[in-house]
Amino acid sequence: MSDQTPVLECRNLCISYYTRAGEIPAVVDFNLKLMPGEAHGIVGESGCGKSTVALAIMQYMGKNGAIVGGEILFEGRDMRTMSDEELRRIRGSKIAMVYQEPMASLNPSMLIGAQLAEVPIYHDGLSEADALRRAEEMLAKVRLPDPKRILNSYPHQISGGQQQRVVIAMALLSNPKLLLLDEPTTALDVTVEAGIVELINEIAEEFGTSMIYISHNLGLILETCDRLTVMYSGEAVEVGDIHDVFEEMRHPYTRGLFGSIPLPGADKNAHPLVAIPGQLPLPHERPEGCNFAPRCTFFRDGLCNVGALKMHPVPGDDDHKVRCERFQEIDWDRDLPKGEAKPPVLPGDTVLSVENMTKHYIIDEGGLFVSGGDARTVKANEKLSFEAREAETVAIVGESGCGKSTFAKVLMGLEDATDGKVMLGDVELGALPVDKRDKSTIAKLQMVFQNPFDTLNPSHTIGGQIGRVIRKFGVASDEAEVNEIVMRLLDTVKLPRDFAKRKPRQLSGGQKQRVGIARAFAGNPKVVIADEPVSALDVSVQAAVTELLMDIQRENRTTMLFISHDLSVVRYLADRIVVMYLGRIMEQGTTEEIFAPPYHPYTEALLAAVPIADTRVEKRHIVLKGEIPSPSNPPKGCPFSTRCPYMIPGTCDVDLPPLRSFGEGHGILCHLDPAELSKMEPVIKPRAQAAE
Amino acid sequence: MAVTDIQASQPFLSRLLRPRPVIALLLLMWLPLMAYVMFGKTIGNNAQMVLLPAIPATLILYILGIRAFRESWVAVIGLTLVFFWLLMAVSAPYLPLLDPNKPIAPFTTPFTERKDVFFWLGTDFKGRDMLSRMIWGCQRVLVWGVTATLVAYVVGALFGLISGYLSGWWDEIISFAANVLLSFPVMVLFIVILNYLGPSGFNIVVAVTFASAPAIMRIVRGLALDIKTRDYVFAAQTRGEHPLYIMIFELLPNVRGPIIVDACLRLGYTTVAITTLTFLGLGLQPPDPDWGLMIRESAKTAMLWKFSYMLLVPALSVSSLILGFNLMADGLREMSLRD
Ligand code: SF4
Ligand code: SF4
Repeated sequence: MSDQTPVLECRNLCISYYTRAGEIPAVVDFNLKLMPGEAHGIVGESGCGKSTVALAIMQYMGKNGAIVGGEILFEGRDMRTMSDEELRRIRGSKIAMVYQEPMASLNPSMLIGAQLAEVPIYHDGLSEADALRRAEEMLAKVRLPDPKRILNSYPHQISGGQQQRVVIAMALLSNPKLLLLDEPTTALDVTVEAGIVELINEIAEEFGTSMIYISHNLGLILETCDRLTVMYSGEAVEVGDIHDVFEEMRHPYTRGLFGSIPLPGADKNAHPLVAIPGQLPLPHERPEGCNFAPRCTFFRDGLCNVGALKMHPVPGDDDHKVRCERFQEIDWDRDLPKGEAKPPVLPGDTVLSVENMTKHYIIDEGGLFVSGGDARTVKANEKLSFEAREAETVAIVGESGCGKSTFAKVLMGLEDATDGKVMLGDVELGALPVDKRDKSTIAKLQMVFQNPFDTLNPSHTIGGQIGRVIRKFGVASDEAEVNEIVMRLLDTVKLPRDFAKRKPRQLSGGQKQRVGIARAFAGNPKVVIADEPVSALDVSVQAAVTELLMDIQRENRTTMLFISHDLSVVRYLADRIVVMYLGRIMEQGTTEEIFAPPYHPYTEALLAAVPIADTRVEKRHIVLKGEIPSPSNPPKGCPFSTRCPYMIPGTCDVDLPPLRSFGEGHGILCHLDPAELSKMEPVIKPRAQAAE
Repeated sequence: MAVTDIQASQPFLSRLLRPRPVIALLLLMWLPLMAYVMFGKTIGNNAQMVLLPAIPATLILYILGIRAFRESWVAVIGLTLVFFWLLMAVSAPYLPLLDPNKPIAPFTTPFTERKDVFFWLGTDFKGRDMLSRMIWGCQRVLVWGVTATLVAYVVGALFGLISGYLSGWWDEIISFAANVLLSFPVMVLFIVILNYLGPSGFNIVVAVTFASAPAIMRIVRGLALDIKTRDYVFAAQTRGEHPLYIMIFELLPNVRGPIIVDACLRLGYTTVAITTLTFLGLGLQPPDPDWGLMIRESAKTAMLWKFSYMLLVPALSVSSLILGFNLMADGLREMSLRD
């Protein structure tokens, strides 16, 4: 191994951007050695410089970016001494990049076949027919069904997951030495993501391609990579073999990161998450010395804040390096970050009950002057039934198209239910649009939204937006009183009081989400619907916002409906879980029931698909075939029948499955025999147990 | 960052550089000018008194504008051109100018002295001073141009918001009407409307509104369609807010940015349109000075090539104003892209 030349080597790489405010260092002193066939992960939060590294390797720095120090060696040669012509050749054939957004790499007006064929025609001088044949083989290798049809489609005619596979196929066609993957699955659903991850792993084996995998998700990195670099605020803070870093992390930031993601052992009462305090420094406001210092509990004045820090090798393991001055003094076992255990909350009476709630949309393709076009029915929600009690957290889990947002709309009164009942206390909401609801009913139901950049109106001040809710719901009307409540709410969500006068653009994503939470709780709601409230935030801020949301809920004994696709988060904070697929509830039960057999086949696949950043557990490997069907054209019989590994032909694709009940409240919608369902093996097991 | 260092060095000016004082200053500049130009005759002999407060307001606004725009030299040039004419407009009665309507010495070429008066820009065919006509002439173009554009914006934005936010039948009807109006060539629309209503300043406003509002409505509708999917609009809906509240308080402030840029460009078009209409005899009527009229009159003069200054003076004035508006739009767009 040692006599091989590394495919890629970065030595003391420094990259800066030049803006009006002056030079902004984006990446400082970055080192990386990538051996042939190796997969290297770069993990970090937004603004940590991970994508900048990828762009520098591709030499796509743009007008205002430049490599200001160090070198990048590709197969032993410094890329900065190469001519433009040479660089272009290397970029096309030896280094390929896959971006988060597949459409960024595809030409929307060209047939996929033609786009793919271009690569071998240009690089290997193949004839068009040969090139097309190669393209077809490659599409089959990236496990796309029916490659012929895909060759003759335009990019927009296939789904997002398929597009990403096409992009990977395109990258592989030139037979690259190095594949750069920049968050390749972030835009995809979990079960589709699992398929791509499997594909990436197969590529590594089959083609021997070296890979750099950039992600914010530690679990994904664990599943795909051999080595790992953790970046924070423009610097690599920890580098090493993936198992070394995961099991014996030696940097306070890495440790903090692991403490703030819900791993299987976490529990909202006994082992709450520990958030990293504070937030990422802006690039031009980085502190002297260690960038992590303002957030680090081990900070020592005079040691951590002098001069630039170097990478120190961890004794006994040359490959494992950390950028921390005190890592040898810290007792890593004793000083584990621990959250305070909180007493469990006992749920009260039923607050919200949903009974056979059904919502169908009629899509009429006619317009004003064309009536009676072909009308189609989209069954967004089919016979949903569940209950939520006071102070309880019910998670609604599902991927895109499962109908969770439609359900939220019906609940909030923006859509009428087609059938069935939604009862909040003794008020029926299903047929009561929001403009017919009285003030107190509206105030009882509030929502926290997903996208921090969308949740607040950019034109109004924070105080004004919270104040509006207070006035609207008649909590207070007097100016001074409203102000007082706004201040109190800002205190509750742990924001400084003078934020009331600020505009949203002066806030970070996490702060905006806090304001969103304050706004939702301003009217003293009974039920709060939280629609993926933290999924768009940086990992280190997620925990803080999640904990805050749960603390407020705990205090007010609010019922929370937590909509999410992320089962690890859900396992951590939910009391009951409802799993939805294509508008139907496939399974519901308490959190323990959902995470242990018997499973619904879809729940089982979902559990297996979620990447877990924990080397102590083992996961069963289940990858679903195909994609989620469109809700406007769901399969007959069981909605899951097109992808289900247990599918019983002749039954599942014809008849709607029956509801199998396993004890109180645990129901599974499936044709499989209850005995067979009970025989399923757990998806996630501790590793020790797996070895037995 | 830029804002904070202004605050440090110029506390007074920066306190003015906030929405409320700026709006107050704008009104202080605009209302007197509008009153003077539109209703000067009814106000009577001392009409020019109303313009007094507008002069300092214009100067302060100009300084504020330069400070706010200083990062883009394009915008600064545009602003300077526009404010030059604004300043001329508000201070015309106080400048040492000859009476723009008094015939003195016909066909005097620029920079010559006749009858004991020195004519910087010469005189026209009736012998009226070109310099004074040029400066007085900007009043009407500015006032009617800006008023017409504003009215068109109010109407266009209102329909755009309704059509974008409420969708459904509202949208179908409004979009249909807009498409019908847009299918006419603008000039034809102007000529038809003004022929029907008769030429006057107010009718120009009506004509410009008919011609511009559909395009504005489309822009606002597009923006509204995008913004109404945002979570904060959803939040307002689930709070039970009235659609009118949502349109005005949630949507309107956020379509402001792109609209302001478009408004600057459209001010340019409207200026062209008004000048053209006056040139065609459909707009403002003689004898008061107006650039369009000046062009019209000079175009009728025989041997134009010899007296080309008669045409050049008003033509260059119009061009500089339009250029000012366009540069301002460019500068604004450039600045909005940077943030
Ligand atoms: S160098 Fe100091 S502040 Fe930085 S991570 Fe290490 S202990 Fe914390
Ligand atoms: S009913 Fe059939 S297709 Fe549906 S989940 Fe059960 S086994 Fe799978």
